[in-house]
Amino acid sequence: MNRFFLPLTIFGIMVGFLAVGLTLNPREIPSPLVGKAAPQFSLPQLHDQDKVFSPEEMKGQVWLLNFWASWCSGCKTEHPVLMDLAKSGEVSIYGMDYKDQKDEALTWLKRWGNPYPIVAVDAAGRVGIDYGVYGVPETYVIDKQGVIRYKQIGPLDDETVAKKIIPLVKELQAK
Amino acid sequence: MIPEIGHFALILALCVALVQGSLPIYGAAVGNSALMAVAKPAARGQFLLVLIAFGCLAYAFAQKDFSVLYVAATSNSQLPLHYRLAAIWGAHEGSLLLWTFILTIWMFAVTLFSSHLPETMRSRILGVMGLVSVGFLLFMLTVSNPFERLIPAAAEGRDLNPLLQDPGMVMHPPMLYMGYVGFSVAFAFALAALLGGNLDAAWARWSRPWTTVAWCFLTVGIALGSGWAYYELGWGGWWFWDPVENASFMPWLAGTALIHSLAVTDKRGGFKVWTVLLAIMAFSLSLLGTFLVRSGVLTSVHAFATDPKRGLFILAFLAVVIGGSLVLYAWRAPRVGLGGGFAAVSREGMLLANNVLLVAAMGSVLLGTLYPLFLDALDLGKISVGPPYFDSVFAPLMTPALFLMGIGPLAQWKKADMPDLAKRLRWAFGVSVATAVGLPIVLGHWTPLFSLGLMLAIWIVTTAVVSVRERIAHGEGASVAARLTTVPRAYWGMLLAHCGIAVFIVGVTMVKGFETEQDVRMNVGETATIGGYTFRFDGAQDVVGPNYTAARGTFHVSRDGRDTAVMYPEKRRYTAQNQVMTEAAIDSGLLRDLYVSLGEPLDDGAWSVRLYHKPFVDWIWGGCLIMALGGVLAVSDRRYRPAWRREAQAVPATARMAGRQVA
Amino acid sequence: MRWLTLIVLLMPGLSLAGEARPLADDPVAEARLKHLAVELRCLVCQNQTLADSNAPLAEDLRREVRDMIARNMSDQEIIDFLVSRYGDFVLYRPPLKATTSLLWLGPFVLVVAGGVALVTALRRRSQKVAAVTMTEEEHRRVEQLLSQGVKRS
Repeated sequence: MNRFFLPLTIFGIMVGFLAVGLTLNPREIPSPLVGKAAPQFSLPQLHDQDKVFSPEEMKGQVWLLNFWASWCSGCKTEHPVLMDLAKSGEVSIYGMDYKDQKDEALTWLKRWGNPYPIVAVDAAGRVGIDYGVYGVPETYVIDKQGVIRYKQIGPLDDETVAKKIIPLVKELQAK
Repeated sequence: MIPEIGHFALILALCVALVQGSLPIYGAAVGNSALMAVAKPAARGQFLLVLIAFGCLAYAFAQKDFSVLYVAATSNSQLPLHYRLAAIWGAHEGSLLLWTFILTIWMFAVTLFSSHLPETMRSRILGVMGLVSVGFLLFMLTVSNPFERLIPAAAEGRDLNPLLQDPGMVMHPPMLYMGYVGFSVAFAFALAALLGGNLDAAWARWSRPWTTVAWCFLTVGIALGSGWAYYELGWGGWWFWDPVENASFMPWLAGTALIHSLAVTDKRGGFKVWTVLLAIMAFSLSLLGTFLVRSGVLTSVHAFATDPKRGLFILAFLAVVIGGSLVLYAWRAPRVGLGGGFAAVSREGMLLANNVLLVAAMGSVLLGTLYPLFLDALDLGKISVGPPYFDSVFAPLMTPALFLMGIGPLAQWKKADMPDLAKRLRWAFGVSVATAVGLPIVLGHWTPLFSLGLMLAIWIVTTAVVSVRERIAHGEGASVAARLTTVPRAYWGMLLAHCGIAVFIVGVTMVKGFETEQDVRMNVGETATIGGYTFRFDGAQDVVGPNYTAARGTFHVSRDGRDTAVMYPEKRRYTAQNQVMTEAAIDSGLLRDLYVSLGEPLDDGAWSVRLYHKPFVDWIWGGCLIMALGGVLAVSDRRYRPAWRREAQAVPATARMAGRQVA
Repeated sequence: MRWLTLIVLLMPGLSLAGEARPLADDPVAEARLKHLAVELRCLVCQNQTLADSNAPLAEDLRREVRDMIARNMSDQEIIDFLVSRYGDFVLYRPPLKATTSLLWLGPFVLVVAGGVALVTALRRRSQKVAAVTMTEEEHRRVEQLLSQGVKRS
C-alpha cells in the first residue's frame, strides 16, 4: 500500500518546489562578495583626471558605490531615487562610471543632476569584474571597515531605499 | 469579425470538452450506454470547433490583421506567408492553440480507430482526453487568449523573432507537439484501465501502436529541433542540455521505457502496474515540460514570455491532472493481479533492466534541470547545471542499456540461458571490441569515450546481424526469402530502430572525436585549410532580402585541387527589430559537414571567419530518422491493423461462399 | 648562385602570402581559453557559454582569462578568480560540495534504487506465484464440493 503512494509523494514535493520557484528570479545572481572586503582599486576621477579615488580613503564611513553609465536606461530610471537619497544626507553615494565615454558621462550628469561627491572612471570594466558586476546599474553598501554589506542588482527604487538601504545604513553607522 | 468567431469557437469547444470529460466517464461507471455514446460525437465536435479557431487565427495571420494583439506581436507585413503562418505557434498563446488543436486531432484519431475497444474503455479514454483539453481551453480563455484585440490596431507588427524565420520553425513545433500530446492517448488508456479495473494484456496490446506513433513523432520533433539549432544558431552545436531541450527529452526517455514495458505486458502480461505508472509519467513529463517552458521558473533560450499568473495556472493544472492520476494509481493499482512470472535473467528481465536505466536517466535529467531551482528555493545559493554535468552522468547510465540492447532481443522469454547467450554472442562481442581497439589506431586518434562509442555502435549492429541469422536458421520456409517474409514487421521495426541508435552513436562519437574548428581573419583571396578542405574567401557583397539586409560572403571550397562547393554565409540585419543574425553556410555530405560562419568585419576589409569540419555529423539526425522509421514499421505490423480492416478482408470471403451456396 | 639561395630562402614567405592568419594572436593560449570558456556561463546571455557569447561582459571576461593564461595561472586559479566574484553560478559544471552532493550522487542512487526495486519485485512475485499454486489444490476441492452440490439438486 505504501509503495503505491510513493509516486504521489515525490510529485507533491516537486510541486511544492515549483510553486516556490514561481516566486524566485532565476536570472538574478546574488553576490558572493557580501560580507567580504570591498576589492581595492585606484581609478581616476571623472571631473578631475589628475586625482584618483580609492575605497581606502572611505574607511571609517558608511557609503554607497553605484555602478552606472550614460548608455544605460535603468540608470536613468533610478537616477531620481539617487538624487533624493543624496539630498537627504543619510549616506553618501559615490559613482563608478562603467565602460563609458568621458564626455557623454559628463553631459549626462550635467543634464540629469549629479548625486555623487566623486565619480571614478572604470573605462575598461576591470574593476567591475572585481566587484562581480554583470549589468548596470548595481549598487553596493559598504561599511566603515570597508566590507560590502549589501548589493542591489538593477535600479534602486524608493521602496528598497526606504525598507532596506536606509535601515541598513543606520545600523552600520551605529557600529 | 473572424477573430471573434475563433474566440467563440474556443468557448464552444470548452463547453463540449466539459461534457466530453464528464458524461462518458460517469456513463462507463454506471453502465449507461447513452451517456457513453456521447464521447465520440463530442470528441469529433471538439476537433471541428478547435479547427475553426485555428483556421481563424491562421486567417488573421495571412491577412496581416494587426488588430489582433498576438498577430501584431509576432508578425510583420514584410514577413513571407509561410513564416506568417508558422508564426501562429511562434509565441505562447498561439502555441497553446496548436497544443489544443493537436490534442483534438489525436482525439479524432481515437474515435476513428477504436471500434475494436469495449465501449466502456473508449468512453473513458475520450473522457480523460476531454478533461485534459478542458484545462488547456480554460487556460487559453482566461490568461492566454490568442484572439485578444489590440485597439487601436498597430500600424506594423513587431515581427517574428529572426531566429524563428526558418524552415525548421515550420516543422519542429508541430512534430514535437504531435509527440508530446500523443502520449496523452497512452495516458488516457492507462487511466481508463485503472478506472475500469481491467488491466490485462489486451490493454497493453491496444496501447502499443498509439504510444509508438507518438514516440516516432517526438523523436522526429527532437531531431528537427537539434538540427535546426545546429544550422541556425551559428555555433555548430546540436545539443545543449538546455531546460527546454531537457523538457522534450524526458518524455522521450519515459516513452522509450514505456514502449519496452508495454512489450512485456503485451507478451507476458507482466508488470502491468509499472507500465501504467510509466504511461502516467510520460504524459506528466510532457505537461511538466509545458510548465517549465512557460512559467519563467528556469532560464532558457526557448523561454516564452513569462508571466507568474500563467505559471500558477499551469502548476495548478499539473497538480490536478498528475496528482489526480497518481491518486487513482495509488487507489487502484494494488488490486491489479500479477501476470506471468519470469526469472531475473530472461528477456523480460532485460527489458525491465532497460526500463530501470532509462528511468534513472530520465530522473537524472530531471534532477539536473530542477536542481538550481531546489537550491534557490531552499536559499542555499545559486548554481548552474550545464552540459558538463549531463554529459558525465548520462553516458554512464546509457552504456549498460545500449549493451543490453544487443542481448535482449536474443534472450528467451521467461528464462534465458546465460551460457548459451554468451556463446551465440561471442562473435559479435569479438568484432565490436576489435573494431573499438583497432579503428582508433588506424584513424590515429584515441580517447576512452571514442572507443566506447564505436564499440557500442558496432555491438548493436553485429548483434542485430546475429539475430537475423538466427531467425533465418530457425524459420519455417523453404528458402531464406520465404523465412524472412514470415518474420513479423514489428521485429524488423525493432531492428531498424535499434540500428538507428547505432547510427546516431557513430555520428556523435565521430563528431566529438574528429571535429575541427578554426577562427581566422580572412582578406579577399586568402585561403584557410581545415580537415583537408581549402576555403578561399572571395569577398562579401551587400544583399537585400524580404525583411532584412545582409552582407553575403563567398567561399570557394576545394579538396586536393578539385572544386567541392561554393558557400555563402550571411550576416543579416532584420529591419523590424534591428536584430543582427548570423546565417551560417553549411555544405552537407554523407561523411562530413563543412560549416562557415561570418564573424565581424575587421578594419582592413577582412572578416573574422569561423570554419568547422564536422565528420559524420549528419548521422546524428539520420540515426534519429531511422529510429522513427523503425517505429513506423513496427506499427504497421499486421497485429495492429484495426479490427474493421481485418473484418473487411474476411467479409468478401464469406460473401463469396454465400454467393456460391445461393447459386 | 646567391640569387638562387635568396629565392629558396624567400619561398616559404611567398607561399604563405595567400594563407589566412588565425584570429587569435596566440593559438595555444586561445585553445586553453576555449577549453575553459566552454564550461563557464555567460552572465548576461545566461544560456550561452562564455566561449560563444557576444555580450560585452563576455568579451571582457574572455580578455581577463586570456590575461590570466598569459600570466601562467593554473586552470583552478582562473576558475577560483571567477567564482570568488560571481559565485558558483558561473560554472556549468557544478562543484562537488555538501549542497550538490545529492545532485552528483543522485543518478547513481537512482540506478541502484531501481535495481533493488526490480530485484525485490521479482522476488516478491515469485513468492506470490508460489502461494497461488498452493491454493490451486484448494480450488480443486471447491470444484469438487460444487459438483457434489449440483448432483444433489
